[in-house]
Amino acid sequence: MDDEHRENHILSLMVENQPGVLSRIAGLFSGRGFNIESLCVAETTEPNISRVTLVTTGDMNIVEQIKKQLNKLINVLKVFDFTGVSHVERELVLLKIRAKPEYRAEILRLVDIFRSRVVDVGTDYYMVEVTGDQGKIKAFLDLLEPMGIKEIARTGLIALPREKQ
Amino acid sequence: MKLTGAKILMQSLKEEGVDTIFGYPGGAVIDIYHELVQTDIRHILVRHEQGAVHAADGYARASGRVGVCLVTSGPGATNTVSGIASAYFDSIPIVVLTGQVPTQLIGNDAFQEVDIVGITRPCTKHNYLVTRVEDLARVVREAFHIAKSGRPGPVLIDLPKDLMSKKCEYRPPKDVNLKSYQPTYRPNTKQLHKVVKLIKEAKRPMIVAGGGVVLSKGSEELRKFAEKIQSPVSTTLMGLGAFPTQTPLWLGMIGMHGTYRANMSTAACDLMIAIGVRFSDRVTGKTDAFAHQAKIVHIDIDPTSIRKNIPVTIPVVGDCRQTLQMLNELLEKEDFSGVQKPRTAWINQIEEWKSTKRLAYTQSDTIKPQFVIEKLYELTAGKALVTTEVGQNQMWTAQYYHFDQPNSFITSGGLGCMGFGLPAAIGAQVARPDKLVVDIAGDGSIQMNIQEMATAVQYGLPVKIIILNNQYLGMVRQWQELFYNRCYACTGMEHAPDFVKLAEAYGAVGLRATKPEEVEETLKQGLALPRTVIMEFVVEREEKVYPMVPAGAPITDMLLV
Repeated sequence: MDDEHRENHILSLMVENQPGVLSRIAGLFSGRGFNIESLCVAETTEPNISRVTLVTTGDMNIVEQIKKQLNKLINVLKVFDFTGVSHVERELVLLKIRAKPEYRAEILRLVDIFRSRVVDVGTDYYMVEVTGDQGKIKAFLDLLEPMGIKEIARTGLIALPREKQ
Repeated sequence: MKLTGAKILMQSLKEEGVDTIFGYPGGAVIDIYHELVQTDIRHILVRHEQGAVHAADGYARASGRVGVCLVTSGPGATNTVSGIASAYFDSIPIVVLTGQVPTQLIGNDAFQEVDIVGITRPCTKHNYLVTRVEDLARVVREAFHIAKSGRPGPVLIDLPKDLMSKKCEYRPPKDVNLKSYQPTYRPNTKQLHKVVKLIKEAKRPMIVAGGGVVLSKGSEELRKFAEKIQSPVSTTLMGLGAFPTQTPLWLGMIGMHGTYRANMSTAACDLMIAIGVRFSDRVTGKTDAFAHQAKIVHIDIDPTSIRKNIPVTIPVVGDCRQTLQMLNELLEKEDFSGVQKPRTAWINQIEEWKSTKRLAYTQSDTIKPQFVIEKLYELTAGKALVTTEVGQNQMWTAQYYHFDQPNSFITSGGLGCMGFGLPAAIGAQVARPDKLVVDIAGDGSIQMNIQEMATAVQYGLPVKIIILNNQYLGMVRQWQELFYNRCYACTGMEHAPDFVKLAEAYGAVGLRATKPEEVEETLKQGLALPRTVIMEFVVEREEKVYPMVPAGAPITDMLLV
């Protein structure tokens, strides 16, 4: 595929909250050679409906095919593509960062600047939580990386469209 | 009144109008069978579960209704997978009922347990594991609705054993309410107006019709449409029967073993109207070179088919029959007197291709398989319901038996599933006892589900089996001959049973012809018998299917005889 035309697409699916639905979605991607970058699923305010937020890459044709194939699944109620739609996106990251005495002040300063929080303190490591869009998360991780990130857990992206103006 | 799950299942099947089930009993479905024999639903006991699904498939295609099969858990269920995949590829409405271990044992690796819902997820239109007996009636109703509506396909219902004896109040669901599943039957009229405009502008139009036309029962509308716009018509393998072959507009089949004129037309046409096709690689060859001068209109009920393989100028999502009907109505208002003349050159070109490069073979001292099929066509006046196995036998049938009626050609197109033909013929014969049903087979394919001979004989089904015996897995041998330097790796099948004796062993009739002059007599004799018959024809060993397009090449690069 032409790399220039590959781009990230955030797809948001409303699906029936039933066993096996996630496996149908994930199976569709693996079986057809599509790629999943991240995937989040949880109940909505209606307990029988879940929202799946899925980040995938591909050119326009591939993403069109992905959306059509997802729509075809009986348990998928709706597929939204946030490409070109004004939206808010967030990801939550928990990470353990080496807390050497000479870095401690710097870490706390960065935590402050990025409006993140230290949620656990040990003798060797701080545990930090940070939320934000992909750009902010990347910037934060790039700054902390040289100090030594020991462990990291990310939720993957979730998103909602903004109110129409 | 409270009923057991098994009774509810039977009641629900009756309400769906099921009159026949193809199946094979086992521990997990013993309660269902116990109820089944107390209903008036006919049960056809097959000899292998793959046979049950193919038979249900054949039944569905021959009757236009939903085919049903019932098998046990574990191996019973896994044996259905090839049949399910074949029905999925060809969009055939079937409902597969599989037994499952009791709910409390699911996930414990119990005896004959398998996650069949997981296994068949990618090859069913939808599938269910029923976990509460209260859901059963609704699930059955939904399954039939999903199987037959929109783009049809197989639906599987997995039935845990304990639910079949559990009781609950039986409340037949009134309507199916699936919010997320609303197929689009009626196409967008704006799109149709654009199509009409393109038709009027086109100088070299061509129609390619596929299985969707057959499934939507749209062949009459297709004929009217083609005549109205005076466009030549080709069909895919799955579309054979959707268009009459005895008209000047008929181009023959398209694709890897398509006719010269059909394939050449794809490269020369300036408008291609594709109806109910999915542009399989066997049809398009190299996609970049496919219909590269043409604007393409693609009509299909399944939006995923459109622009999956081929870029399209005008996509039309809708039922093929309804779309053609609406197009025909729009065209009524159009004046076509001006468009005929500029198309003369195009029609002449096609005529020239047709007369110079026609389908041909030369009958010599040994029987040519094409000759057998041509003779069969003659003797049956093209009225037989023909099923095929997969391979050379299938392609020769597609080329030399001229299908003028929809649903008269039953073949495993997309999956190319060997062993399909005999059980499908059984299903078709059960659905249409009035019809002459013929399975055209190769010596390799027939041996994949030969055990179903017993089924045919047990139920007195007068299926006729024609075996074109070349002692090879002929299609693979053909590839090896053409592209692998004649290295016939493991495609020789010299060791086969004596098919005449085998027929007799099963209680059927066996006939054999070894010389060309015996062909007609053998066919006449076999077709006249009101019994299950094998007619074996010992044919030219190294005969090839021509024309042929090497896989991945443009479909205009044909190897001719």
